Amino acid sequence: MTPFRYMRATDAASAVLKGGAAGARYLGGGTNLVDLMRENIETPESLVDVTGLPGGIDELPGGGLRIGAAVRNTALAEHRAVRLRYPMLARAILAGASGQIRNMATVGGNILQRTRCSYFYDEAGSRCNKRHPGEGCDAVGGFNRNHAILGASSACVAVHPSDMCVALAALDAVVHLRGNGGERRLAFTALHRLPGELPDVDTMLQPGELITAVEIPPMPFAARSTYRKVRDRSSYAFALVSVAAALDVEGGQVRDVRIALGGVAHKPWRAERAEALLRGGPLSATSFAAAAEAELASAQALSGNGFKIDLARRTLVAVLEDLSGEIA
Amino acid sequence: MTIVVNGAALDAPHDARVSLLDFLRETCGLSGTKKGCDQGACGACTVLADGERILSCLSLAVQYEGRSITTIEGLGQPGRLHPLQQAFVEHDGFQCGYCTPGQICSAVGMAAEIARGVPSHVTVDLGGEDILLSHEELRERMSGNLCRCGAYNGIVEAIAETYGAETLAEAAE
Ligand SMILES: Cc1cc2nc3c(=O)[nH]c(=O)nc-3n(C[C@H](O)[C@H](O)[C@H](O)COP(=O)(O)OP(=O)(O)OC[C@H]3O[C@@H](n4cnc5c(N)ncnc54)[C@H](O)[C@@H]3O)c2cc1C
Ligand code: FES
Ligand code: FES
Repeated sequence: MTPFRYMRATDAASAVLKGGAAGARYLGGGTNLVDLMRENIETPESLVDVTGLPGGIDELPGGGLRIGAAVRNTALAEHRAVRLRYPMLARAILAGASGQIRNMATVGGNILQRTRCSYFYDEAGSRCNKRHPGEGCDAVGGFNRNHAILGASSACVAVHPSDMCVALAALDAVVHLRGNGGERRLAFTALHRLPGELPDVDTMLQPGELITAVEIPPMPFAARSTYRKVRDRSSYAFALVSVAAALDVEGGQVRDVRIALGGVAHKPWRAERAEALLRGGPLSATSFAAAAEAELASAQALSGNGFKIDLARRTLVAVLEDLSGEIA
Repeated sequence: MTIVVNGAALDAPHDARVSLLDFLRETCGLSGTKKGCDQGACGACTVLADGERILSCLSLAVQYEGRSITTIEGLGQPGRLHPLQQAFVEHDGFQCGYCTPGQICSAVGMAAEIARGVPSHVTVDLGGEDILLSHEELRERMSGNLCRCGAYNGIVEAIAETYGAETLAEAAE
């Protein structure tokens, strides 16, 4: 690890002042950044600890929630409003990492955690366009069982590893940001980006920009929502494929629906095609299958991850069947 | 500001790179906390920070200035073992013992989470107020602690005896 300065910020304004300096990075729980620093993949000159910033979980007028970026993953998953009104979010968080890591990890850090692609982690021995733009990607022709099937490029096939973010993408969350230029809001689905020719850029954040909070709008039908994660062992493993979904049903018809997929792309994948096909249509196995088919129509397999396309389709259908069974 | 370790206030290291794990083992001489993977994957380095279980390997010591850390040495000592330490001895909850301090600290933190009603991945009713520590819940909640010797049966028995659904039911009677 290269030497660095450690500072604590107690309010967003001073955090942004410190975090905007060259070589500075924000520090949440450290469960991802400290690991990457130890591997010399991240080499910040100063760390601005933002876990002391104010902001808990607050009710918004109209029924939504505002979640401070420093809220720990455990605290978010155990909050009663989240458990009752947005169960997919509680379930997504609880499906991730371990009890210890969830106690440490913050909401801001979870959102900005970097890929777990093993070539990205192998600083000494592999080529990775995310680490060193332009040097090539060893995952494309290598062990890519865990890699992307949607929205990848020839420069990068890494996936975003978060479970929590899949639920936030489905729930129409909005991210509150603060930078030297002031404050702004961004749709959660517009925060992360696809790799294209710039795989070293994970998100649309400006340099030095701080996530101050995440807002979830009211969505009464999300009380019937869930998260299903498929992985190689039953706990403490990243997703091969995951699905967050909420289903609103009236008279055998789909009145509204939200779906996002995890483990399949460089960003949490909002399944807009599937949603559009389902909305207003019948609640049937045929329509579920057609929606899953349409969403995965553009999927592309690498040498080792073709199984994920079918897995994603089937998991999506299974989740919709579960949710409609719950309603029937 | 200082870091309180098992009740004693200590100055944080000057070099911010020092992990909480290395601080405990090298500076404080508390070698009970183990370094398995040093990357968050095994749980051997688990300690309690203000009663919450965390991984000391992924923590910088300076992050814990102003907070209180409890290690396995702080839970109990020979002659006055913590009930869970005693249960690990009685149920053969270890072979080589390398994962044991992390297992025990993790289970103590887990018991506090259960008491607070924190749900888990296998909790069926997210709206429920009370959580019973069934074997399924126990295994899921302890999945962040690996044991290379495979002493899991003894580990589960020791934790179940100390904190399990049956124990809690008996205590309530
Ligand atoms: C063994 C292991 C298993 C795991 N398994 C899973 C899993 O199954 N599912 C899953 O989803 N995750 C998993 N994780 C990842 C874990 O969820 C993340 O490491 C964690 O959420 C990161 O949060 P943090 O607060 O510790 O972030 P940090 O490590 O502190 O920060 C991560 C990044 O976010 C930036 N940052 C932090 N806060 C802010 C802010 N407010 N504004 C702007 N930038 C900020 C930092 O600069 C850094 O770049 C696992 C991790 C480990 C080590
Ligand atoms: S040493 Fe910390 S988790 Fe393995
Ligand atoms: S007892 Fe040897 S690793 Fe668990």
